[in-house]
Amino acid sequence: MFDNIGQIILLFWRTLAALPHAWRQRQKVFEQFFEIGNASLLMVCVLSFFIGATIALVTGPVMVERSLSSAVGGVVGYAIAKELAPIMMAILIAGRIGSAMAAEIGSMRVYQEVDALRTMNINPIHYLVLPRVLAIAIALPMLVTVSILVGWFGGAVVANCNNLMGIPFKVFFADLRDVVELQDVLHGLIKSFFFSLIIGVVSCHQGLTTIGGPRGIGRSVTKAVVNSIVLVVFTDYILTLLLTRILHK
Amino acid sequence: MNTANGTSSGVSLVVRGLRKSFDGQEVLKGLDLDVKPGEIFVIMGPSGSGKSVLLKHLIGLEPADAGEILVNGESITSPEIAAKYRMALVFQSGALLSSLTVGENVGLYLSEHRLKTPEEIRAIVAEKLAAVGLADAIDKTPAELSGGMKKRVAIARALVIEPQLILYDEPTSELDPLSSVVIGEEILSLNQRTGVTSLLVSHDRDLAFGVADRIAIIFEGVILTIGTPDEIRNFKDPKVQKFLHADFKRDRP
Repeated sequence: MFDNIGQIILLFWRTLAALPHAWRQRQKVFEQFFEIGNASLLMVCVLSFFIGATIALVTGPVMVERSLSSAVGGVVGYAIAKELAPIMMAILIAGRIGSAMAAEIGSMRVYQEVDALRTMNINPIHYLVLPRVLAIAIALPMLVTVSILVGWFGGAVVANCNNLMGIPFKVFFADLRDVVELQDVLHGLIKSFFFSLIIGVVSCHQGLTTIGGPRGIGRSVTKAVVNSIVLVVFTDYILTLLLTRILHK
Repeated sequence: MNTANGTSSGVSLVVRGLRKSFDGQEVLKGLDLDVKPGEIFVIMGPSGSGKSVLLKHLIGLEPADAGEILVNGESITSPEIAAKYRMALVFQSGALLSSLTVGENVGLYLSEHRLKTPEEIRAIVAEKLAAVGLADAIDKTPAELSGGMKKRVAIARALVIEPQLILYDEPTSELDPLSSVVIGEEILSLNQRTGVTSLLVSHDRDLAFGVADRIAIIFEGVILTIGTPDEIRNFKDPKVQKFLHADFKRDRP
């Protein structure tokens, strides 16, 4: 992966430079955005509900035992908004959408469709990369917003229904409101925006550098997902450090 | 290419000392070629002789290690070349975008470069598809087409550019003899209609001798000879004769 980091940065830079063409590609951006939403929304809701539910299940009983039942909503809300929703959705989207992007562009590369674009003087970055990166950069923060809300709800349901906790919804959300500030949600959304750029650019790069036949496409898909997740986790640490200093002074 | 001038006459193509290696293996070993404007020039040779690699260099998809390629005297690496001359490549596989319909594929150049209104594009697409006998296929997807139809759509896509130089990569491979004749006739008719310079790489002997003004024989990355079809038929080199007259030897009772 690290051999390609320079190429990935270069592709990111060229995609940025292609931004003035974004309006011309709006139809493709919309199609990709619809594809991402359509393919992921249900999964995002299910996954987020159970992430919230599990966090409540893991932390709730321990806190109730120590007479901290009124803090469960805050812990669940804080963890989901700042860390779990952005990172889990990034991993989900890398697996679901990043892999599809790498496979589609990889197949176009192998079957000379990318070369055909070049011979028609159509820049593959404008035509293939820009719409996908833009769509994912719009979609991921929106999916993370949904994920945060559903995750909170999942946590509240378990905190309420579990015999060891039995925390009323009102108490759960009152504590959540006390603890979680707008900056915490913003923290998660900003991170998800950067994650989306990583997933989009890494997946498109893998697609565009695919060589060989179907086996090459398979290799590219695997590398796109693995490299995206590794870079997302690494970037998560750096961004958390930076955003904590910037947003939470 | 999108700002190319409107002339449709063919351009000359000159290749000098072209060399290319992949992983230390030299595929093109100093090729020299001169293709005249409006000519149908066929490069023949066995598989693996460097024909397709040469074609990728000629359209600017592959950078050369050494040598130069000149279109009407201007280097293919010049930034202005795409704006000055219209060039098209008909890929061996057709290379149609599988996510688009046939009509969208054919009109892609015009729609992406915003050269015409959607109505004009649709009319041009219908005209070019009719020219290759596929007017009914406009709303089909490439997956619904046969190999021969894909190649004809790829030719229609190239026609939309109104090319001055058109390159064909194995235009009749994987086709039955009848479809091969149709493709050959398309190539001839396009050349006669527009005066486009046509360069084909192929190992289809019937096609080459049927359409070519001149033929070059390439072997292991070098040009062995260039001549008219008659000159090539009479060329005495044993490798060329073996390639041109390769046939099954079967003892019949």
